[in-house]
Amino acid sequence: MKNIWFITKKELGLYFGSPVGYVVFAIFLFIWGYFFTGILRWFNDQALQMAQNPYYAQQININQVVFSSTFHNITIFFLLLLPALTMRLFAEEKKLGTEELLYTSPITASQILLGKYLASLIMLAVMLVLSAIACLFTFFYGNPEVAPLLLGYLGLFLIGAAFMAVGLFFSSLSENQVVAVILAMGANLLIYILSWSAYSASGLRASVLNYLSFLQHFDELVRGILDTKDIVYFLSFSFFWLFLTHSWIQSRRWR
Amino acid sequence: MIEVQDLTKKYGQLTAIKDLTFKVEKGLIWGLLGPNAAGKTTTMRILTGYIPATDGRATVAGYDVFEQPNEVKRAIGYLPEVVPLYPDMTVAAFLRFVAEIKQVPKAKRAAAIDRAVKATGLESVRGRLIKNISRGFKQRVGIAQALLHDPQVLILDEPTIGLDPAQIVEIRELIKSLRGERTILLSTHILPEVTQTCDGVVIINEGRLMACASLASLTSSVAHGDGVFIRLRRGAPEAATLFRQVPGVEKTAAEGDTVRVDWARGQDPRDALTRLVVEKGLGLLELRPFGIEDLYLKIVSGGSEQ
Repeated sequence: MKNIWFITKKELGLYFGSPVGYVVFAIFLFIWGYFFTGILRWFNDQALQMAQNPYYAQQININQVVFSSTFHNITIFFLLLLPALTMRLFAEEKKLGTEELLYTSPITASQILLGKYLASLIMLAVMLVLSAIACLFTFFYGNPEVAPLLLGYLGLFLIGAAFMAVGLFFSSLSENQVVAVILAMGANLLIYILSWSAYSASGLRASVLNYLSFLQHFDELVRGILDTKDIVYFLSFSFFWLFLTHSWIQSRRWR
Repeated sequence: MIEVQDLTKKYGQLTAIKDLTFKVEKGLIWGLLGPNAAGKTTTMRILTGYIPATDGRATVAGYDVFEQPNEVKRAIGYLPEVVPLYPDMTVAAFLRFVAEIKQVPKAKRAAAIDRAVKATGLESVRGRLIKNISRGFKQRVGIAQALLHDPQVLILDEPTIGLDPAQIVEIRELIKSLRGERTILLSTHILPEVTQTCDGVVIINEGRLMACASLASLTSSVAHGDGVFIRLRRGAPEAATLFRQVPGVEKTAAEGDTVRVDWARGQDPRDALTRLVVEKGLGLLELRPFGIEDLYLKIVSGGSEQ
């Protein structure tokens, strides 16, 4: 346990020892703010118009319009952005030769893997907490529901964790960070759009594709539905990629 | 302290080392000598548990490298060929991280870092980023990193490579100062490194053991075939036949401008030889006794010699 934390601490230090951490935070918050204010302004206009008609005023909901749309937009940004956080985790160790230091120290490969993953999860969590400042303002001027908002955040965290597990795997494949990041973006996008092909499919194929795609599961969380099958989906998805990574880094030492 | 038996490593079709067997006693500095691509790094990587061997056994500090890798890793301080450093960390932060993953207990960490910094003379660069310090300092950080957890065994892969002559001397002095309780195995492809710092040497070539002996016994085996190389300004081929007539000389051979003269043990016809050179006006450029270099070259280019 301690060993995992040592690795995590080192990775967090390196995120902020180079510009990577700052750039990712800044760009993320900028894009978040851009989406959020844009959608909020549009919502405001709509709300003003609809206030004249009591029937429509009942229909309009800040959770559904503002938060849910922002979250959906952000997932697309995440699948491009988060591999930038994970790309160096293994690739750089290989390039620098520091993996020889790690693997000749009395710590296990799984501790190294979990330490690195935990560091990237902490980065993600901090990003999400910072972004929540924007949401806080809506509570001063309106009364959004808290539970769906929190579930939306949980969904964002889970989807981000899944993207990063994929990113970690591709980082372990190559010592070239650019290769790692492009592979991860491609894989993330493919998995993300699986549900699009589900539209044209039918029967079993459609339900399998739907189950495998991120979108279906994310939708439910954002709509405020807490279903264990969605949580289990994201957790098992991340676990699967971590397991692949672990097998890969173990096996390359035996080749 | 280090024992290697019939160690073999294959990378696919390529055999990097084959049936290596050697032993390093406790408290000695031993050199692993061989030309480039001889299998030195592979041997060290197996000893440190970085890669597994294809066949054979290796024990370090009494622990089997394959059966008890964690105990071995605790007992070893390792400087890989490429010094493992994070350019974006400060020297102090890097050493703290290494102390943590090498399982130095929290209460002893600060003291361990201070000791390693002092031993390697890093006081002046402690707070600097690793990417901003010189090659020599980076090498020292690499050695400090290996010393942190006070290991019984130090394995240093080419510790002086890429350094300038003054830095090489410094690092050698540093390594010599570590002699004592620790057992040190260092690899190199330059012989003077061995003759100046080591107590003994394992010579490998193309993955095979060529020799394993203490420096003292190697030197005496060199002395056994006494002789000199004489480099002349002119007339080397004629000089070879001339020198053979000097009493005590067993055989001579000319090679370019140099004549190799072998004599029987106990004889020393150097006076007669130099007199002859002066009388015939051959122009003496150099007179050099056989050294360990000549033995090394013979071993590496020719057959095995135990």
